[in-house]
Amino acid sequence: MSDAVALVTALRDPASVAALDSKGWTALLTMARAERLIGTLACRLDGQTIPSAVAAILADERTNAEYQKRSALWEADCARRALAEYPGKVVLMKGTAYAAAGLKASEGRHIGDLDIMVAKADLPQVEAMLLKAGWEWMKEDAYDDAYYRDHMHELPPLIHKTRDRMIDVHHTILPLTARPTPDAKAMLADAVALENGLYAFSQTDMVIHSAAHLFADGELDGGLRNLWDIHCLLTEFADEAFWPALKSRAEHHQLWPAVHRAARLAHRLYGTEIPKDWQSWHRQDKWYVLRLTARDNWGRGTRKFIRLIFYIRSHWLRMPPLMLMRHLWVKWRRG
Amino acid sequence: MRHEFQVKVGPAAFRIGSDWAQPLITMRRLYAQYPTPDIPDFTVRLEATGFLRRFIRSSVAINGDYMLPDAAPLPLAQALLAAEMGMNLQMALGWRRHLILHASAVEKDGKALVMTGASGSGKSTLSAMLGNNGWRFMGDEFVLLDLVSGEVTPYPRLISLKNEAIGAMQATMPDATFGPLMQGTPKGDIRHMVPPKSAVAAMDRPAKPALLLFPQFGYEPAIRDVPLEETFMRLTQASTNYVALGEAGFTTLTRFIRQVPVRSIDYQSGVQAEELVNQLWAELA
Repeated sequence: MSDAVALVTALRDPASVAALDSKGWTALLTMARAERLIGTLACRLDGQTIPSAVAAILADERTNAEYQKRSALWEADCARRALAEYPGKVVLMKGTAYAAAGLKASEGRHIGDLDIMVAKADLPQVEAMLLKAGWEWMKEDAYDDAYYRDHMHELPPLIHKTRDRMIDVHHTILPLTARPTPDAKAMLADAVALENGLYAFSQTDMVIHSAAHLFADGELDGGLRNLWDIHCLLTEFADEAFWPALKSRAEHHQLWPAVHRAARLAHRLYGTEIPKDWQSWHRQDKWYVLRLTARDNWGRGTRKFIRLIFYIRSHWLRMPPLMLMRHLWVKWRRG
Repeated sequence: MRHEFQVKVGPAAFRIGSDWAQPLITMRRLYAQYPTPDIPDFTVRLEATGFLRRFIRSSVAINGDYMLPDAAPLPLAQALLAAEMGMNLQMALGWRRHLILHASAVEKDGKALVMTGASGSGKSTLSAMLGNNGWRFMGDEFVLLDLVSGEVTPYPRLISLKNEAIGAMQATMPDATFGPLMQGTPKGDIRHMVPPKSAVAAMDRPAKPALLLFPQFGYEPAIRDVPLEETFMRLTQASTNYVALGEAGFTTLTRFIRQVPVRSIDYQSGVQAEELVNQLWAELA
């Protein structure tokens, strides 16, 4: 049975693609697109000897990645101008932050919505400024709106009425109902200024946010890309002082299990160099690998049962049981 | 997937996977003259919307490398349309090797006539008609402008005839190969027609753009000038990848509109349109 291990292998060891035949290439490109790693793969395979048909496809994808980076940075600048009068820090998150900071993780990376974080107390002010600058609500539903405001780590998503681009305004990195409670104040306090007038998390917080996003929040959809981010961040930040700093900071945010798992899996799948004593294998890790690589040659998601388990897990992590039941009840009644 | 078919149209190569055999049997018949690629650029999947939907009231979801989140599935009888829509979508969202214009094109003496306009303007039917009448058919859906040379690269996919155009083309070209008649699609009746053999055989041969027309069906015959800035604005909207191409898109588009004369033409019948086209071609191209 084939799965996305082929994609992991190509990213980890670009020279290995020399062994691919037409079928192998087709499968690799399709999986990479499905996992939104095709631009990354294109950059990663730069300099390898590849068939001309593949080279043309990868050139397209590099063009596309450039476009995504350009528009993400433009969108960030639009937000910066909308919030020019706001005195607090506006922190870029995920892909846009990597691009703005010029990190390796941004090479060829797919970038979707704009994610920013501000202090919780300032949300009304920031929200009003964005609305004034042309963003508007997407969710009309009162239950969803209230749910976001009461229990989530972000405002309900806003979309810009002329540019048609979404912005997620966070005030912390995990839903308020999740069991770990990261120290959002400390994250903001330590965020560092970028050249464009916005901020990015400190190196340790950047890794922690990425790991939290991957293992403490979602259902691992697009997980291979997220894990590639973590691989790139760890590789770029690694030095003797970094590893202990990362561990103690992760413990402070109650996210060491997620960070440790992220480091272990990145090491296992992408060959990321991590400290020896971080490399121990957890008995559940194999299920994560199966979920992360559940993708066939046609780009379809496979291993439906494992996917379902991780889907249920993502809800389980997000809220306590009674609340989860109430939430699912409301959602179910609305069809 | 259970069934697979690969085909190359102009410079773009596709792999179509299907849960059902029938749609691909039809495609193999219609695309018989087209080459088979080695490594496809894009994958399109025709998938049952649920396990039972493979057998009962079958419904085809259009999936693939690039997808629209809210694309409605089509009934199995319209699977060919689903495949064509899927292929168009890959081009529109994924192709970056040319500037893509939503337009049709025909060629004569190495020079291309490009026609663009809203759905219903008749650009597709016109290209099919001219392609049968002394011109080489280059494509009825997408015009691909080379980013370096500015030339029109053919994209002669199956011609998609709609509503009244179906009967008209069947009457004029009874010997052409047609796909199944699909009634009640989101765009009315649709029937695909295989382009002339010579057009498919020449699908690697580009042409220099020589005239751009904005045809409009349903009005008294007329020819109007179109200002440069209006042409530019309309073509940015007619392009699926102008923004994504960045500077290369801008350079290619501005070179194109400076290079070709532009007119808008109104017509009420194919005969009228052909007269107008021939007249303008003789004057301007």
